[in-house]
Amino acid sequence: MGRKDRLNPFRRKPPSDELPPDAGARAWTSSARIGRILDQGFGFLVVGAGISVLALAALLGWELYQGAKEAIRRYGAGFLVSSHWDPVAGRFGALPFLYGTFVSSALALLLAFPLSVATALSLTEFAPVRLRRPVLALVDLMAAVPSVVWGLWAMFEMVPWLRQTAFPFLQKFFGWLPFFQGTIYGVSLLAGALVIAMMITPIVTSLAIEILQSVPLTLREAAWALGATRWEVMRVAVLPYVRSSLVGAGVLGLGRALGETMAVTMVIGNRPEILLSLFAPGYTLASVLVNEFAEVTSEEHLSALFEIGLTLVAVTFVVNFLARLLIRSVPFFFAPRPLRTQSMETNG
Amino acid sequence: MKIPGPWSLFLFLSLLLAWFALALPGGESKPLINGAGASFPYPLYARWFATYERLDGTVRFNYQAIGSGGGQQLLLHQIVDFGASDSPMRPSLLQTAPGKILHIPMIAGADALAYNLPGSPPLRLTPDVVADIFLGRIQNWNDSRLAEINPGITLPSLPLVVVHRSDGSGTTYIFTDYLSKISREWSGIVGRGTAVRWPSGIGAKGNEGVAGQIRSLPGAIGYLELAFAFQNRLPFAAVQNRAGNYVLPSPESIAQALAPTSLTPGDFPISIADAENTGAYPIAGLTWLLLYEKPSNRQKAEKLLSFVRWCLTDGQALASSLDYAPLPPRLRERVLASLPEIR
Repeated sequence: MGRKDRLNPFRRKPPSDELPPDAGARAWTSSARIGRILDQGFGFLVVGAGISVLALAALLGWELYQGAKEAIRRYGAGFLVSSHWDPVAGRFGALPFLYGTFVSSALALLLAFPLSVATALSLTEFAPVRLRRPVLALVDLMAAVPSVVWGLWAMFEMVPWLRQTAFPFLQKFFGWLPFFQGTIYGVSLLAGALVIAMMITPIVTSLAIEILQSVPLTLREAAWALGATRWEVMRVAVLPYVRSSLVGAGVLGLGRALGETMAVTMVIGNRPEILLSLFAPGYTLASVLVNEFAEVTSEEHLSALFEIGLTLVAVTFVVNFLARLLIRSVPFFFAPRPLRTQSMETNG
Repeated sequence: MKIPGPWSLFLFLSLLLAWFALALPGGESKPLINGAGASFPYPLYARWFATYERLDGTVRFNYQAIGSGGGQQLLLHQIVDFGASDSPMRPSLLQTAPGKILHIPMIAGADALAYNLPGSPPLRLTPDVVADIFLGRIQNWNDSRLAEINPGITLPSLPLVVVHRSDGSGTTYIFTDYLSKISREWSGIVGRGTAVRWPSGIGAKGNEGVAGQIRSLPGAIGYLELAFAFQNRLPFAAVQNRAGNYVLPSPESIAQALAPTSLTPGDFPISIADAENTGAYPIAGLTWLLLYEKPSNRQKAEKLLSFVRWCLTDGQALASSLDYAPLPPRLRERVLASLPEIR
């Protein structure tokens, strides 16, 4: 038995037949006992950490519910279907915030997801390996930029550009769509969605790169060996292998989009109204919390804001749950068609 | 593999001890006075605390600028020794307090109506027009009512965009208090508060957010804390006061708004919006320190009161250097006389 084995503190039991008969035996068993205690202690620690996360989530939910109880009792279901938000009169309806949160997050994901996956694919499948590292570092750096910095940039650079160039352009060519009608202020639901998209793109890209790199080389090689083109390798060997993980990356991005606060507040216009036009200002659940929480002066208002927080948590929960269902049914969406290998046909 | 020896353990423990010794205050017994509340007067309060701590070495202050509402809540739960607020506390909240809460005006401020028009022409506004702009009734700068009160200026045909605060704020309270006083319609539809249901326009976060929107959006108009309008070099409108004069906001015209107000000892807070004086700027308000009349800790209360007395006398000189309007002498005397005696 080697020295290494003896010093391993996590060994379960000293094999009795190999116990040395000399005095060293006592030292040996005691170190094994310490090891066992450490082992158990570590186990408790890990389980404790796991439980504490659950407990924290439960506590959060409970506290939010306690704060919101008054509003739930007072407004009932009307809170979620009314669009009248008036702190002075004490009437609270959260529908515009729900609408703004859903629309801005969904739009952001719609813009960010294809871009992220395409970036990741180009880096892992097409770009020279030498480029991969620096670009990856840059993407990770972008993910670390604080929300308020994005917001400042968006407010002073992006929004004026949108107002003067991009939105008039969209209105000129797509103005017949109800989404691009109305007065152009610059700050709008669309501006909010764009800034969220920019903020979640680095994260989703970074995850997608990791995921794509996890595809075994043998799969690609097999596809190459069958004479697949680059596109076909991607479609048949790479993407089917990782599709559920990629959707998972999208869900993580969506989770961040739903709760994105500072940057969105700075460009979305903060108007609790439901308008079909994406050029119109909107509002999100997270924004109304950050805007009104500090200056709450009445109990009803405070309670209503707690219910907004509770709603936001519930929305995030439901979205994650639905996304999980989606992942399970994903083969249905992405089912790869049989490989049409023109090269083989021409050869044969 | 080597288990850390007794020496490294010793070293670790002694480092820990040293850290404790450094982190613990060296037996100081200065009372720490905690406060929380409004962020609008925070720059001035911070200056006041620093200056006063140099004058009186036996006291320390800790102020959290978490917003007026937060300050009121913390004072109600007696977590802080004083609160600070830009809006008076609601009667319903005062009733839940464990003791009588005093509103002590510290300084005055005003909201400037800043705008973005090509060429930045000087602009005059009447109360009716201000109300209709913020009610969303006037939607273009070439409106005949604007032309009527601004003879000699050709206002462009440009969509008029209202910019308001999206976060709850004392600045909003001052403005909606004014609108509620001058327009029956406004007080019926919207009312006064730190956060209201705006009939029109876009919301921006903080004074800096509103200033940024106005600066970048031609045709925008919004209300700003006066200091921010100065700092951002934005043009602001002269507003017609109750005496019929068009007045620009300035420390002097705010002081005029304060002149006729009466404050009986221990009085409920007053509004100085739409004041009667001929030179008064109408969109003005006060910011208050909130104290319990009979605080539990006598020692702290004495220190706090002498600080308040200093703020209302020598401290007022610091106000104008930071673009706040000091209280006029007569009002200051009244406030000083109304301060409670700690027995």
